[in-house]
Amino acid sequence: MTASVSVRAVTRRFGAALALNDVSLEITAGEFVVLLGPSGCGKTTLLNIIGGFAEPTSGTVLIGGRDMAGVAPAARPTTTVFQDYALFPHMTLAENVGFGLRMRGMARAQRRDRAEAMLELVGLSGKGDRRPHELSGGQRQRVALARALAVEPDVLLLDEPLGALDLKLRRAMQDELKAIQRRVGTTFVHVTHDQEEAMAIADRIVVMNAGRIEDVGPPRAVYASPRSLFTAGFMGEINRIEVSAGQSPLGRLVPGDGVLCIRPEAISPDGPLRLGPCRVEDAAFFGAYLRVHVRPLVAPDLRLVAHLPPGAAPEAGTVLDLGAAAHVLLKG
Amino acid sequence: MRVVSWLYLTLAYAFIFLPVAVLVAFSFQDGRLPVPPFQGVSLRWYEKVLADDDLMVALGNSLLVAIGSSAVALLLGFLAAHALARVRLPGSVLLRGVLIAPMTVSYLIIALGLLSLFNAMGVKPSLWATGIGHVVINLPLCFAICFAAMGDHQKSAERAARDLGAPEWKVLLLISAPMLAAPLAAAFFLSVTFSWDEFIIAFLLTRFDVTLPVEIWSMLRSGLSPATNAVGSLVFLVSVTLVILLEILVFRRTK
Repeated sequence: MTASVSVRAVTRRFGAALALNDVSLEITAGEFVVLLGPSGCGKTTLLNIIGGFAEPTSGTVLIGGRDMAGVAPAARPTTTVFQDYALFPHMTLAENVGFGLRMRGMARAQRRDRAEAMLELVGLSGKGDRRPHELSGGQRQRVALARALAVEPDVLLLDEPLGALDLKLRRAMQDELKAIQRRVGTTFVHVTHDQEEAMAIADRIVVMNAGRIEDVGPPRAVYASPRSLFTAGFMGEINRIEVSAGQSPLGRLVPGDGVLCIRPEAISPDGPLRLGPCRVEDAAFFGAYLRVHVRPLVAPDLRLVAHLPPGAAPEAGTVLDLGAAAHVLLKG
Repeated sequence: MRVVSWLYLTLAYAFIFLPVAVLVAFSFQDGRLPVPPFQGVSLRWYEKVLADDDLMVALGNSLLVAIGSSAVALLLGFLAAHALARVRLPGSVLLRGVLIAPMTVSYLIIALGLLSLFNAMGVKPSLWATGIGHVVINLPLCFAICFAAMGDHQKSAERAARDLGAPEWKVLLLISAPMLAAPLAAAFFLSVTFSWDEFIIAFLLTRFDVTLPVEIWSMLRSGLSPATNAVGSLVFLVSVTLVILLEILVFRRTK
């Protein structure tokens, strides 16, 4: 009950606007892929095209090797978990979960058993007779997940499924979502604008911006060695230092041209890439780390952010000799 | 100030309900005329009315036309509202306007129009013709109520149902209609009430089989009688029952 998805040179226009610009993506069967990007980047459009809710202006989508052109959502081996849950309020949870099976002509008793099994999978065992309005947001999201998984789709599409939940619940549901995906083995394609969520659950993150794919890779790779400045900035906070022919405001740091990107947590007194003495401007305690703004003495116009160990407590005005443990040079 | 408010309220209600109260009161008149003085309570007019075959046939006709035409108006109104709420059509604002427009046309004009149309088509006046007329007046109402009730909530549920493999007619039957049960029932009961009370269209478009308001009108031509009051009270009772049913079944539940 799993299949590969291959998106080939898909372009989607809305009037003059280009929602997707020549997007190609290969997703292997059983993979958990997260489409990540700011709103309007085309991630939801791509999900809708895979699900059959929108047709590409050009390009093809194959699921399990089968061309999906002109195939309606109902006829595709995909189901969707919608952001607003889209539960059927007039039906019980068991009826909600069993709806897809009912449409496939499964007998009532069998449906009932299968719905109960799916509710158990999402941790709502024995609640089949309740109605959606009796549930909390997180529980409704689970029902939506159970309903979409009940028909054993090859590919499950999740459209910002955790977007409506509060932060704490969202983090808890992430872990659960990942565990469920491991158990059912279905290919999951998940859309979000939350990069922490993406890193927590994805096998592979697809970073999108302005209708294009900016970067694809495992969370660690996308975070640590992004392919573009956009990805670097979107995945987390970053310090940018302009480099031109090996020259930077801090002197000769790295050869080449572009923007030297350094994550705040990569900066410490003993990083191998020496940034030189920097004056501390201010420091704030964040629990797990100390967030410090510094200005290099040789380039006081440059303001860098560093995350230092929480034990260190430099006063404003202190001069620290800092270095970077990791860096990446990107084309500007 | 408080006294004045209460007085105002009482007067307002008296203004609205006094005619009905008088009508109902004199339907119990123990005399030949439904005018003062009140000569005592009697149920004999009700007895007479309920034993009157013509009246009872007319009452049956009225129910038939009201329920039948309302069901058709509701079905058509619901489908039209669903289409206009869901599908982006060119000129959908215009389409919507044209659907609601008959509401602003007087029943007399609609009746005259239908009468000449049916004449030209060779359709004889009948309960069918009246039923069609009632669909014409109630369709805009049903459409407007259904259209106003359709929101994004249903839209995404319908999308989910389609995604799970439901064909369009099952989406309508199993998702859209049940989710809109309250407004659908409201539209149905309101159109039944309107059709039940409607006189002009029924008068012009029926001949041998008539509806209750037309039958009452022909009773009135032979002069005032407490029997007419009794029929009027019965009609009023049915309308009130419908409104109360609507209140209990529909509006209470949606709270």
